[in-house]
Amino acid sequence: QEPQASGLPEYIKIVEVGPRDGLQNEKMIVPTDIKIELINRLSKTGLPAVEVTSFVSSKWVPQMADHKEVMRGIERHPGVQYPVLTPNLQGFHSAIAAGATEVSVFGAASESFSKMNINCSIEESMEKFEEVTKSARNMNIPVRGYVSCALGCPYEGNIIPAKVAEVSKRLYSLGCYEISLGDTIGVGTPGSMKKMLEAVMKEIPLSALAVHCHDTYGQALANILTAIQMGVSVVDSSVSGLGGCPYAKGATGNVATEDVIYMLNGLGINTGVNLYAVMEAGNFICTALNKKTNSKVAQASFNTGTIN
Amino acid sequence: VVPTAVKINLINMLSETGLQVIEATSFVSPKWVPQMADHTEVLQGIRKAPGISYPVLTPNLKGFQAAVAAGAKEVSIFGAASELFTRKNINCSIEESLERFQEVMAAARAANIPVRGYVSCVLGCPYEGKISAAKVAEVSKKMYSMGCYEISLGDTIGVGTPGSMRDMLSVVMQEVPVGALAVHCHDTYGQALANILVALQMGVSVVDSSVAGLGGCPYAQGASGNVPTEDLVYMLNGLGIHTGVDLQKLMDTGTFICSALNRRTNSKVSQASCRL
Repeated sequence: QEPQASGLPEYIKIVEVGPRDGLQNEKMIVPTDIKIELINRLSKTGLPAVEVTSFVSSKWVPQMADHKEVMRGIERHPGVQYPVLTPNLQGFHSAIAAGATEVSVFGAASESFSKMNINCSIEESMEKFEEVTKSARNMNIPVRGYVSCALGCPYEGNIIPAKVAEVSKRLYSLGCYEISLGDTIGVGTPGSMKKMLEAVMKEIPLSALAVHCHDTYGQALANILTAIQMGVSVVDSSVSGLGGCPYAKGATGNVATEDVIYMLNGLGINTGVNLYAVMEAGNFICTALNKKTNSKVAQASFNTGTIN
Repeated sequence: VVPTAVKINLINMLSETGLQVIEATSFVSPKWVPQMADHTEVLQGIRKAPGISYPVLTPNLKGFQAAVAAGAKEVSIFGAASELFTRKNINCSIEESLERFQEVMAAARAANIPVRGYVSCVLGCPYEGKISAAKVAEVSKKMYSMGCYEISLGDTIGVGTPGSMRDMLSVVMQEVPVGALAVHCHDTYGQALANILVALQMGVSVVDSSVAGLGGCPYAQGASGNVPTEDLVYMLNGLGIHTGVDLQKLMDTGTFICSALNRRTNSKVSQASCRL
């Protein structure tokens, strides 16, 4: 078996989802000024994209109720993208009015998950997203598409790779420039990641794919490694591993950005991100949330006083 | 420090999970390692299930003799790829430590007892920092040619990444056949499963792990150490790789020992599974 020496991307784009996906799934609701401070700090780390907030009704997601204030309050650094979630046309308009220049839509590879999460079928959700992508195209606003439950669903269990490929293709043909494949409950392993990506790569160009792995079963870095060995060059992660799993109480959720960068640095892959700066931003938000970091790199580094 | 009865129960429960090798204890002076002071009682107290091996650590001839007297059928010796680490840990040079091991090897050969060799600091040292792959290969080769049937390469402080794992293994594999290699990854920086995956991709087929991820890191206070067996088995199951281990029984064993230690598990699989 040949060692995986070459074949890895030279550069990997990290999409930081801590301020949105992370904070949305934390118990504590964070004050607006803390959110803004976190995003401003993340903007200075070299991260090329920071997911800012979600323009969804505060009735559904109270943690993101201050979406307008956050969007208007953050510093906009050149070379950094600030995507926001927009579940429908109304959210999209609201986002644009608040100054958003990139948006995301969230689909799912599971009918049950779609119904339970956004109260409509996959097909109906695609119709809503089409309204967003059409408006976005007219205004030259890029749209990123997420596919949840790519490696398993809390309701349906196993998800077949062909379904993930079908939903991804749908979103891509609606005009999404990138499709982020999410292991929403973290059940995936390098085995299932490989099979799923093989199916999706038949429909979507590699350069338009991203992986969004949850670390609920400790598999995230191994899954990400598998994806990048297959040529994926965009990885979502969350500073300090913010954001638990709503489907497994007390379990972890997002993979920690610090741990991802540590791995990519060790592989000689360029990310443009300053690991120490991310750790400091992580330290800031964990202090504000009065919680321990989920990043092992941060835990190890702050306790030895040395950074490896 | 865990009571002897709890240790024995832990090992007996592990013997029911399908695991084929369970490192039972260490025949080292209780002055150095008080947690292993009851080594003789533990080795004599456990149920020795057929088909399962219960290796024990033996740092020198004295320890080896005590281990054999207590019924040990397999022993392990611990070398290191770092001079400073060896000096700090066992107060001698690598060369001197290997001379000590020669005594153990000779006695083991005479008694027909297999010896497993560990090499610490293969991907980094808490004192020296970077460790050259050539040094790891040199120490591994010496221990292998002394008669160790297997060499377990340990990322002692967990600083390794798939990159350094790959680089180290490709050099070591030039000196020791891959069938005689094992990896012992620590999860201190969250890299263990990714490192293990790379090792597997390169042909390594023996992996060390610790139920519930027991064992912190003495070099980074509060940080984790060993990779949890549950999380490893979960990954191998997902890869369709056969281990013979029953994950549920393993998780139950982890629950038992964490309860006894009054601590949370380090296994994410265990954390997630309990709540679903």
